[in-house]
Amino acid sequence: MQRPILSVHNLQKRYPGVVAVDGVGFTITEGTCFGLLGPNGAGKTTTIEIMEGITESTAGEVRYRGAPRDRRFREEIGIQFQTTALQDHLTVKETLDLFHRLYEHTANLDEIVAACALEELLARDNRKLSGGQRQRLLLAIALLNDPQVLFLDEPTTGLDPQSRRNFWQLIESIKRQKKTIVLTTHYMEEAYRLCDDIVIMEHGRIIAAGPPADLLAEHFDETILQLPAEDFTASNYRFPFTVLQGDGCVEISVRDVDEAIKQLQQQGISLQRLEIRPRTLDDLFLELTGKELRP
Amino acid sequence: MMRRFLAILHARNMEFLRDRSSLSWNLLVPILLVLGMAWIFWEDDRPLFKVAILDQSQQIDREAHPFLSTRHIHFYTVPDQQEAIRKVSRHQIDMLIKLGGTRTYWINADSPKGYVLERMLLGSGGAPLSKAAVSGHPVRYIDWLLPGILGMNMMFSCLFGVGFVVVRYRKNGFLKRLNATPLRAVEFLSAQIASRLMITLTSVTLVFWGMGVFLNIRMDGSYLLLFMVAALGAVSLIALALVATSRVSSEELASGLLNFLGWPMMLLSGVWFSMEGTNEFLQALAQLLPLTHVLEAARAIMIDGYGWPHIARNVMALVAMGAVFMGLGAILFKWRADS
Repeated sequence: MQRPILSVHNLQKRYPGVVAVDGVGFTITEGTCFGLLGPNGAGKTTTIEIMEGITESTAGEVRYRGAPRDRRFREEIGIQFQTTALQDHLTVKETLDLFHRLYEHTANLDEIVAACALEELLARDNRKLSGGQRQRLLLAIALLNDPQVLFLDEPTTGLDPQSRRNFWQLIESIKRQKKTIVLTTHYMEEAYRLCDDIVIMEHGRIIAAGPPADLLAEHFDETILQLPAEDFTASNYRFPFTVLQGDGCVEISVRDVDEAIKQLQQQGISLQRLEIRPRTLDDLFLELTGKELRP
Repeated sequence: MMRRFLAILHARNMEFLRDRSSLSWNLLVPILLVLGMAWIFWEDDRPLFKVAILDQSQQIDREAHPFLSTRHIHFYTVPDQQEAIRKVSRHQIDMLIKLGGTRTYWINADSPKGYVLERMLLGSGGAPLSKAAVSGHPVRYIDWLLPGILGMNMMFSCLFGVGFVVVRYRKNGFLKRLNATPLRAVEFLSAQIASRLMITLTSVTLVFWGMGVFLNIRMDGSYLLLFMVAALGAVSLIALALVATSRVSSEELASGLLNFLGWPMMLLSGVWFSMEGTNEFLQALAQLLPLTHVLEAARAIMIDGYGWPHIARNVMALVAMGAVFMGLGAILFKWRADS
């Protein structure tokens, strides 16, 4: 039976004039990947940094393995911040050595280097790494103490699509080692691919929580048909389903795809560029808040 | 704990050694500065006219002798004749005058300033005074100045070398990353102190050696004792910089704070001129500055050849300041720029 490894109770963080986190609570099961989702300013980073012990909460409690966090907690977690500077004039190898020596219990350095594909970069100056290489180095640093819990705060923000997918493969390999991962992101595809459980935050509060597939099933039983706006030539016709005007396109939300296609054809609408897609977490956020979930 | 301390120490040393601009600032610039000063003062002893009046009352009676009304000479009273004569021999006082009992004046026969003052005294017209020449080792101005230059170089190296590094680490988030590890503040700060101490002492030793080669600098005391004073002074100055920058994340503010600490030491600690005979409040204030104790002890060792008993007060002051500053630095230290 899987046990909770982290539990968050009624977490609050107030700054003068701002409530960054407002009564957040959830439980994270050991060996799972847990996602904190939301737009910029939703309170994700504040929440994860309180969980990490980097930021003090105004109220509430975080428990690790059922008890308050102690000094052992720092030894057993790995952290990749959203932005991190490293010491200047050090190579990748020297940087890894530096952090490796800060922990009592450590993983095999060669294995970490191999897992994060850093072999070719060991002699390179930190400052001369590309964005993707730098993120791999930061992930390697976060793994140096063989952590029980790995915190990743928007680890793929700013990466190109290829680097992002490579990074996802790295995270999936870590997941296979049954490590607990806490991830913040505003990339819904990333959350859907990597996370077993998610909470969606807005204005410091949780507005939805659960496994991604369950949340979608709970809120949607429809499929989206998407057409370029210029192809949708029957805008005055009253279809028996929801038609939404998007950015240069029309989205039609339907339960019965066959019946919808039949009606579109009857109105003489070209289906050459028709796209059919399931509902996504982006749609869910839009459904819950009326806003796009984009940075 | 030692493993983490050594990891941070090694990383900081590597960073420093590979940063060419820092290296040149810490090694090349001070050497050039000292050579420049040596060139300026090679044959030129600047006239520092300080005349002490032997008097218990601390009041100078200007009517007692017309010489006492001479402008551009700093007259002040001293109570202890033996100590004052010693200071004349060490060029700390240019002339000593006793107006009570047998009217006498002392000058150092090797001092050009003493000679000039004697001519001025004889030409001032008052009642004649007996001359009592003081003989002593010839102490050149550069002999007196060198500890000041070395101390000033050490002070700026300690204040800015460690202060700016910590502020940069805090501002760019490197400290926050370290805070996510088991590293403790005291371990981080100790490593910074040790790293800067090694750099500073290496730099000061090289400059001292260079000055010895070029200028045949006077050294009458123990090298070991002098090294100990330099080390304690550096620790207290580095720790002072850590206190000043313990919560700062702006280079501009750090620069202001460090200059606020550095310039009073430049002026009051006796880098360029002795505080002998100046305002008592300023003299008391100077005793609160680490550089004052470094320079007092260094000059006592180098010029007078004094040993431990004479500099014990300075050493204890440096130990106390170092301990207080380190404690304060660790208590006030902040890992993050935004917390």
